[in-house]
Amino acid sequence: MSLANQSVNQAAAAEHGLSTSEYDSMMSIMGRTPSVTELGIFSVMWSEHCSYKSSKKWLMTLPTTGPQVICGPGENAGVVDIGDGLAAVFKIESHNHPSFIEPRQGAATGVGGIMRDIFTMGARPVANLNALRFGDPDHPKTRHLVSGVVAGIGGYGNCMGIPTVGGETNFDPAYNGNILVNAMTVGVAPANKIFYSAATGIGNPVVYVGSKTGRDGIHGATMASAEFSEDSEEKRPTVQVGDPFTEKLLLEACLELMATDAIIAIQDMGAAGLTCSTVEMADKGGVGIELNLDEVPIRETGMTPYEIMLSESQERMLMVLHPGEEDIARAIFEKWELDFAIVGTVTDTGHVVVKSGADIVADIPVKPLVEASPLYDRPWEPSTPRPVLAPDTAMENKDPMVALVQLLGSPNGSSRRWIWEQYDHMVMGDTVQRPGGDSAIVRLHGTNRGLAITTDCTPRYCAAAPETGGRQAAAEAWRNLIAVGATPLALTNNLNFGNPERPEIMGQFVECVKGISAAATALDFPVVSGNVSLYNETNGEAILPTPVIGGLGLIDDIDQTVAVGFTDVAQDVILIGDTTGWLGASAYLKTVEGRDEGAPPPVEFEVEKRNGIFIRDLIRDGAITACHDISDGGVLVAVAEMAMAGNIGASVNSSGKTPLLAWLFGEDQARYVVTTKDSEAIVSAAKMHGVSATIIGRTGGVALTVDDTHTISVKALQESHEYWLPNYMAAP
Amino acid sequence: MKSAVIVFPGSNCDRDAAVALEQATGTAPLMVWHRDTDLPDVDLIVLPGGFSHGDYLRGGAIAARAPIMQEIVRRGHKGVPITGICNGFQMLTESGLLPGILMRNAGLKFICKDVFIEVSDNTTTFTNAYAAGQTLRIPVAHNEGNYFADDATLKQLEDDNRIAFRYADETGAVTTAANPNGSTRNIAGIYNESGSILGLMPHPERAIDPRHGGVDGVGFFTSIVKALSA
Repeated sequence: MSLANQSVNQAAAAEHGLSTSEYDSMMSIMGRTPSVTELGIFSVMWSEHCSYKSSKKWLMTLPTTGPQVICGPGENAGVVDIGDGLAAVFKIESHNHPSFIEPRQGAATGVGGIMRDIFTMGARPVANLNALRFGDPDHPKTRHLVSGVVAGIGGYGNCMGIPTVGGETNFDPAYNGNILVNAMTVGVAPANKIFYSAATGIGNPVVYVGSKTGRDGIHGATMASAEFSEDSEEKRPTVQVGDPFTEKLLLEACLELMATDAIIAIQDMGAAGLTCSTVEMADKGGVGIELNLDEVPIRETGMTPYEIMLSESQERMLMVLHPGEEDIARAIFEKWELDFAIVGTVTDTGHVVVKSGADIVADIPVKPLVEASPLYDRPWEPSTPRPVLAPDTAMENKDPMVALVQLLGSPNGSSRRWIWEQYDHMVMGDTVQRPGGDSAIVRLHGTNRGLAITTDCTPRYCAAAPETGGRQAAAEAWRNLIAVGATPLALTNNLNFGNPERPEIMGQFVECVKGISAAATALDFPVVSGNVSLYNETNGEAILPTPVIGGLGLIDDIDQTVAVGFTDVAQDVILIGDTTGWLGASAYLKTVEGRDEGAPPPVEFEVEKRNGIFIRDLIRDGAITACHDISDGGVLVAVAEMAMAGNIGASVNSSGKTPLLAWLFGEDQARYVVTTKDSEAIVSAAKMHGVSATIIGRTGGVALTVDDTHTISVKALQESHEYWLPNYMAAP
Repeated sequence: MKSAVIVFPGSNCDRDAAVALEQATGTAPLMVWHRDTDLPDVDLIVLPGGFSHGDYLRGGAIAARAPIMQEIVRRGHKGVPITGICNGFQMLTESGLLPGILMRNAGLKFICKDVFIEVSDNTTTFTNAYAAGQTLRIPVAHNEGNYFADDATLKQLEDDNRIAFRYADETGAVTTAANPNGSTRNIAGIYNESGSILGLMPHPERAIDPRHGGVDGVGFFTSIVKALSA
């Protein structure tokens, strides 16, 4: 047997994206000229995507532990204890670049990938969410991208039969060249039966299941070079293609096998396919793995070892089985009409050895490969603070109802119904709160308990002041969970930024992470999983810093929850939290006045906690009938959304607070609007807890009225709110 | 009452159907795998929603050729009550147990929302718990729910009072605006000649619990229990 050596040199390494120092490091680990397959393995393992080389230093600062945490970052997904012997397994992940190139397949395979991460750990997925960012609606590509991404997300989740229950969508010219598609999945598993990826047991079989391996998704950016050509015409870069039907079968087959005791370790093949899964399983178990590529199910003829190792064909898994269990496993996968192949063995060599025919095409020591993976402390610049704007910054004499209609009917403020009606959000029969509220609620099947789930981020704030934006993103996700009556448990984050080699971008990253870290610590809301997506920029134009937070909370009794909509007439409307009229970086200033100015509102965790826990307890005590957290557009937008959702009007009284526009549209944090039949009890309880509570109005009628002078019908609000997106999408 | 839910690769409303049947009958249905050729004696067969075989070719087209389907067609012809919900309705048309076909939605998009449907005849196995002309709020979730048949078939369906449900507005008016998918004559569900087989696009199993946001689907299952336990 001989190593298949090709002309691997520094130039070839550079084309694979390895820097000079990374090339030197590879050469010293190998002690010889690596084969092209080995170079491919190094390049993907040391890519930003797999190694987190720019971000790791800062990710290590995030709080990741707590009594509820069963497994923090580092495995396929985070795991938290949700009581009664159950665990929630969840993570968010980006598929930004592929979705821009091919929106439908890019988004679909993003959803497929994140669901696989969840059921790899033994959990049945119970909910999907997403966070989407598109460019200017007037940009010629935007409509096509929205249409494709939504169809891709829906097409995959709907076919899988996992409800897509929530998400968020923004438009901003900063995303013209780089859209964001972040997909989150939550699954539920027995807490004592979580599956991990550490390969153990020398001699145990390594098994490949799922789809066959094709040429899709092979590192397009780094492999298109003739000098690597073992057979050059084969190396066409392509986006992966998803097959949700196969993934549904894979889900059922894996869960059926997991109900036996056959599996020792399991890892899905995601980014960098067979390479990454093999190396990670060997590394975590402190063992070696020998693979025989002749046994890998192949979709196309003539695939090279390089292609097989780097293929990102979807819907595949690698597992280590207990010896003797192969036949049980094979029978299950054959029942589900999926490929099943014993492709290797766990060894004591500490090397990943890849054989093809009579050749050893790769032989890499695992530990040095993983441990020598580059780590950068990239230079970063602190952001420049923006001035704090006074409440009287808003233009005088703007009719508040005209401003309200502008906000509710704007691309960023309008209803997302057109999107979520394309997602099956009810399948599995446990969706208790549908999309459109602060958090979705999914019942734990067969019980009266539930999970509250949300995604949130305000990139506008992150661009204005990254640390505040990071604090706010985590705090708002926490608040969304509180607002339906849940106890927030943990978060997952998707950190989307531009090129980290630019100090100002690295500064945005560092400051956002600091903000998230502070919030997660203060709110007992640890980070249990996440994903980093860097280099989201085109021609030097970076996206807005977008650290999306996916939040998970627990509801002990789904009969003790509330939703956004007003439930009845003649109820008092109470504003919880302090209002200073903070218009800096607000939706009002941006949408109504076209001003992207000012510092965003500060987030104070003590107030946040005090107000939030007060609200959650009110909900649990059945003391309030509806609740909405206040975010973009301030008090008036929150009240209007409650009126539209409940189809009931309200009168709002500012009690002479001036300036009126700042009071109505300011975005002070840690605030909620609630309705109640007994406002006296709430106001006095608030006083006792040191929480600010003000009666600001009363439900009833068919219109929303402010100070008896400004008025608009709820129907007119609904029409403007529902108009923009479907109308935009219907345009040619 | 004994029921069976047939499970195809890609079925994903099989559990929801089972929950609804157990709630109505007190007994869990048998879950029968598509490759089985034996079907125990049951009073009701349910073809559930989902994406059997990934909806490849056409929704329900491959499932209609599954080994179990021969037996289901035989039972259907013998008069055993069968209902196909959503993808199950597609299987019923693809297997010839019901006339017509279900095409891609007119809007070319998957659609998931509550719709209103009008009950035409409240004397059937599947509707006896409802009032005649009652309007139900039931969710739909499908890509291919646009019912089509030739004029002669449509006339036959009308003449025989075999249109089980039509899309309507909240007041029960059968209007174009209330039609979510372009279905001919707002058809949401149809019976076979004897009324023993019903295919429908809406999901009654998704409206059986106040937590679903509505319970208008309960009557569908209690009707079956009443008709078949008698």
